Amino acid sequence: MAGSFIAVLCAVLGLFLVLRKLSLIGDGLSHVSFGAIALGLFFGMYPFYVALPVTVLASFLILKLAEKAKMYGDAAIGIVSSMGVALGVILASLSRGFNADLFSYLFGNILAISNQEVYLSVGLSVLVLAVIVFLYNDFFSATFDEEYARISGVRTDLINLALVFMTAVTVVLAVKVVGVMLVSALLILPAVTALQIARGFKEAIAAAAIISVFSVLAGITFSFYGDLPAGATIVLINFAIFILFFLLRRRK
Amino acid sequence: MKTVLSINNLSFSYGATEAFSGVSFVINEGDYVALAGPNGAGKTTLIKVILGLEKKKSGSVEIFGEDSGKFLNWSKIGYLPQRVNVFNPLFPATAGEVVGLGLLSKKKYPKIFNKDDKNKIQETLKFLNIKNLKDRLVSELSGGQQQRVFLARALVSEPELLILDEPSTALDQAAREYFFELVKKLNKERRMTVIIITHDTSQIGEYANKLLFLDKEVIFFGLFNECCKSEEMKKYYGHFSNHLFYHK
Repeated sequence: MAGSFIAVLCAVLGLFLVLRKLSLIGDGLSHVSFGAIALGLFFGMYPFYVALPVTVLASFLILKLAEKAKMYGDAAIGIVSSMGVALGVILASLSRGFNADLFSYLFGNILAISNQEVYLSVGLSVLVLAVIVFLYNDFFSATFDEEYARISGVRTDLINLALVFMTAVTVVLAVKVVGVMLVSALLILPAVTALQIARGFKEAIAAAAIISVFSVLAGITFSFYGDLPAGATIVLINFAIFILFFLLRRRK
Repeated sequence: MKTVLSINNLSFSYGATEAFSGVSFVINEGDYVALAGPNGAGKTTLIKVILGLEKKKSGSVEIFGEDSGKFLNWSKIGYLPQRVNVFNPLFPATAGEVVGLGLLSKKKYPKIFNKDDKNKIQETLKFLNIKNLKDRLVSELSGGQQQRVFLARALVSEPELLILDEPSTALDQAAREYFFELVKKLNKERRMTVIIITHDTSQIGEYANKLLFLDKEVIFFGLFNECCKSEEMKKYYGHFSNHLFYHK
């Protein structure tokens, strides 16, 4: 259940990110979450509670760096992302005790998710999805044409902030499903697959969500029966669906 | 006569580079103003400053009698930006969805479209003869069809002021004439005030009643058929100025 909620979240946010050419923000923030998880383990705290605020803070830092420090967004993502990995590696080397735990977060394991994590994942997913539904037209407008959105009274600065904050929360949740290394696939693949077939924006959101949930459920099933890593199986199924729809579109 | 736009001593610069300075003019209800000038004259920047998309350096902008910083009634303004066909071609938006964006300035949260809104979208598409395009992806339309969809987005909120930034660049001759006739109809029949940025000074005089000629400052502002005789334009263009602008 938690996997399905996170899948929907990744698909919907991923579509906004892909269309805004911000696909790699998920990758950058997942690397930050790696450092934050290491930080949590280092101080003996529950990693999720450390990763959540640190990753949200990092998303804010990416926005501010791109805005104030005379650099493009991809450079800001690169800086914050490498800082996250560097922090994780240093802490892992200092501790010597939690390396096995830390590396389990690199590739995720949804089958080992605790009850507490299920409640948190479902609760936060519902909250983020409610924000997207409530502000749907503002997100749509700001993604399609930011200038026009501004003269339509849309606070695009707040919408951008909400988008990166929600992406940060989603990345932390998705780390448990597919791991730090594969989070960006969960954000990008359902969205780009939906773009191959969608005949409208709402249709694209629905298609991305369905593809994402199907991939997660099929991936968990295959990994359980085939004794394969769940995260990697989910991503490969996502990729296979993308190839299928890509070829179908080419044949039209 | 109601004042729609009142600009006083307006200046703007990109860092150390001045885009325009000391710009003042007043546009009244029902005016059809052609905003012309050479490349880099500051025409688009002026419109962006008026709309609050760029922050002015000094001077004042009043829209419908209200300071632009406090102005919130954006549904009174319809805006067709320049080069709209450069939007992300991957974006899977239908013409109907794009036109709906023009209604957002009127909506309160959660900004859900009701039956009236949907009817307005239909009526606007019908008015522009593109009802059949409602469910088509905008990225799959021709330049002329896209331009009409974006004009529909600008018109759907029934604005009192319509601002068009080089609307005819993506259009062939027939589509251009159709487009200008349509804007003329809006100006005459609905008393819509129009500001149109254009390089097409040979044709626009057929429709516009006023000319605002800008080159980092206002060179001429007045009735179109007086621009050829104006000393300012003669000084700017030499004696050829009376051959450069078509007017009635």
